[in-house]
Amino acid sequence: MSEQIFYDSPADRATRVKWFSTRVALYGALIIWAIICLFPIYWTITTSFKMAPDVMRGNLIPFWDYTPKWLGWRSLGLSPETIGAESTVREEFLKRFFNSAIAALCSSALAVFLGSLAAYGLSRFSYRFGFMRNSDISFFFLSQLILPPVVLALPFLVLYKALALLDTRIGLILLYTLTVLPIVIWIMRDQFAGIPKELEEAALVDGLSIWGAFTTIVLPIALPGMVAAFILSLVLTWNEYFFAALLTSTHANTLPVMVASQTGSQGISWWSMAALSFAAILPLIAIGIVLERYIIKGMAAGAVK
Amino acid sequence: MADQGDFLHVVTNDNLSERRIALGRALIWGSALVMAVTAGLQALQEAGRMDFGFANWRPTLYAYVLWAVCLCWGQVLIRGERGKRVLFVLPAALFVISMVVFPLLFGLVIAFSDWNLSSPTGRTFNGLDNMRQMWRDDFYWNALANMVRYTLAIIVEYAIAFGLALMLNSQIRARKFFRVAFLMPLMLSPVAVSWMIGKSMLEARFGPLARLARELGWENPSFFGTPEMARLTIMVMDAWTYIPFMMIMILAGLQAIPKDIQEAAKVDGARAWRGFWEVTFPLMLPVSITVILIRIIFKLKLADIIINVTAGGPGGATDSVTSFIFREYRDRSNVGYGTLLAMVYLVLIVIAITIVMKLTDRWARPRY
Repeated sequence: MSEQIFYDSPADRATRVKWFSTRVALYGALIIWAIICLFPIYWTITTSFKMAPDVMRGNLIPFWDYTPKWLGWRSLGLSPETIGAESTVREEFLKRFFNSAIAALCSSALAVFLGSLAAYGLSRFSYRFGFMRNSDISFFFLSQLILPPVVLALPFLVLYKALALLDTRIGLILLYTLTVLPIVIWIMRDQFAGIPKELEEAALVDGLSIWGAFTTIVLPIALPGMVAAFILSLVLTWNEYFFAALLTSTHANTLPVMVASQTGSQGISWWSMAALSFAAILPLIAIGIVLERYIIKGMAAGAVK
Repeated sequence: MADQGDFLHVVTNDNLSERRIALGRALIWGSALVMAVTAGLQALQEAGRMDFGFANWRPTLYAYVLWAVCLCWGQVLIRGERGKRVLFVLPAALFVISMVVFPLLFGLVIAFSDWNLSSPTGRTFNGLDNMRQMWRDDFYWNALANMVRYTLAIIVEYAIAFGLALMLNSQIRARKFFRVAFLMPLMLSPVAVSWMIGKSMLEARFGPLARLARELGWENPSFFGTPEMARLTIMVMDAWTYIPFMMIMILAGLQAIPKDIQEAAKVDGARAWRGFWEVTFPLMLPVSITVILIRIIFKLKLADIIINVTAGGPGGATDSVTSFIFREYRDRSNVGYGTLLAMVYLVLIVIAITIVMKLTDRWARPRY
């Protein structure tokens, strides 16, 4: 080995130490926050495999300080032994699950459909409805965001009662569509504004109608934005509790209502509550991991002009 | 708002025959007539004059839907190409108007009446009685004050979210993992969160957080014992779910800032701290305002966690307006009073948001 010729000057060594310590602090902060975010989920998963003594002793790590048992999942009828057998709880759970899924999927689809059309129209044509011009119409749609659900809740209760829409999925779907529509319009307006109108002009010159140009040229380009809006609506509607709690009772109950109704009655049988909560959040965790890109895209759309 | 002027200009040459226009008019007015007749008949039955055997108001709903479809179709018939353009906005507009404006007007009627849904007497108009009752209702004022407190917590949430966004925006490994992990709380339903955290992790005897608090020397950890503590816990739980939302919007803003501006500041000798306060933060101001405004709007709807964790307790100390009205309805099923409270809340919100928007608009407008 030849002798080292180049040395770090003492000043450089100091900066390296400083760089290293900022790195450690940065990763430390990141990891702490990641733990804050993930620990409740971890806690719920592990608790669903615990038994009463494990809960009371505060055991945390499975296989290390307790042996996992299927207790919580058995009470839902979803453990290996009970999965083949009849289970009223499981049927109840699946019913709520499908109610939630249908309400969330249909309302998101409807909102994306209505919202994309409106956003496209507002970004391309100038309208006049009475005194309202484009910016007023946009504001009218977006101002719905401010409206707190509680203002609509009681009138809708009465209206739905008269229309026999209480406790039906359609009623829920309509309301959910309303709550996510402004968000969809907001995201989609941003999307369409980013698409050059020369594309449609070329299509129109080539003989397509306006709707033809919209469906064959613009929609495929705007598809990622639509997916983002759809996913974001899905998250919001899947988690919605307030309207579901007020407007449904037996038939159209969604999953959050079921979870909420169980919290009071279960006492310390945490394992079954944990299993139920985890089953309720599982679809969204999956969506969050797989489609994270779209969620971030959707939320970022409004922030940056 | 939508930038005026950058529109698609289409000149179309419509040859609309007289018959087509007449057909369009006939469709719209005909279906409107059908709707009016149906509604009229149902109103007559409601008043007890005649009996047509309607079980509910569904027929009117169907007639309304029919009218809405005919209105859209009629636009195309009457106005040709321009009608097709209207067709983009009209469905959404009709939907929102029928789902918001009509119920709001209806709500105004309910708000000034005494209407117990479970009693057989039905609705009776009681003028300003609800208003007077509200004036004396300390719990409602307390809930309103709570909303102010909860809203003020946004400042802390914003600071944390900004810090997290800065960390995610810096040169780190495993960025994708951290982004997904930080996003997770937002995906969870508030109801599940209120069990996972509020009811089990914060449980005074066996919850892991209570254990941790005991380890740290807090004798009897009770997170919902005193009003202040309970409010704080609610704030923390709500912050936990919504910080990712603010973080991601701020992150998007940070990524939109051109890198060379920060590099120029660095070349000019600005340290990281000054570089942040004098370059990054001012550039982020518009995004920050948007984020905070949206967060305020979401915060004003806060209810799920409160309903499920504390049910407003101890003694109504943690109530938000929404959860208060929810319980008011659940306990007494009085629609009228609850609606009035909600209406007053709406008016207050609209006033407050307008003021905030005007102020921020003046404050944030760049002065060149």
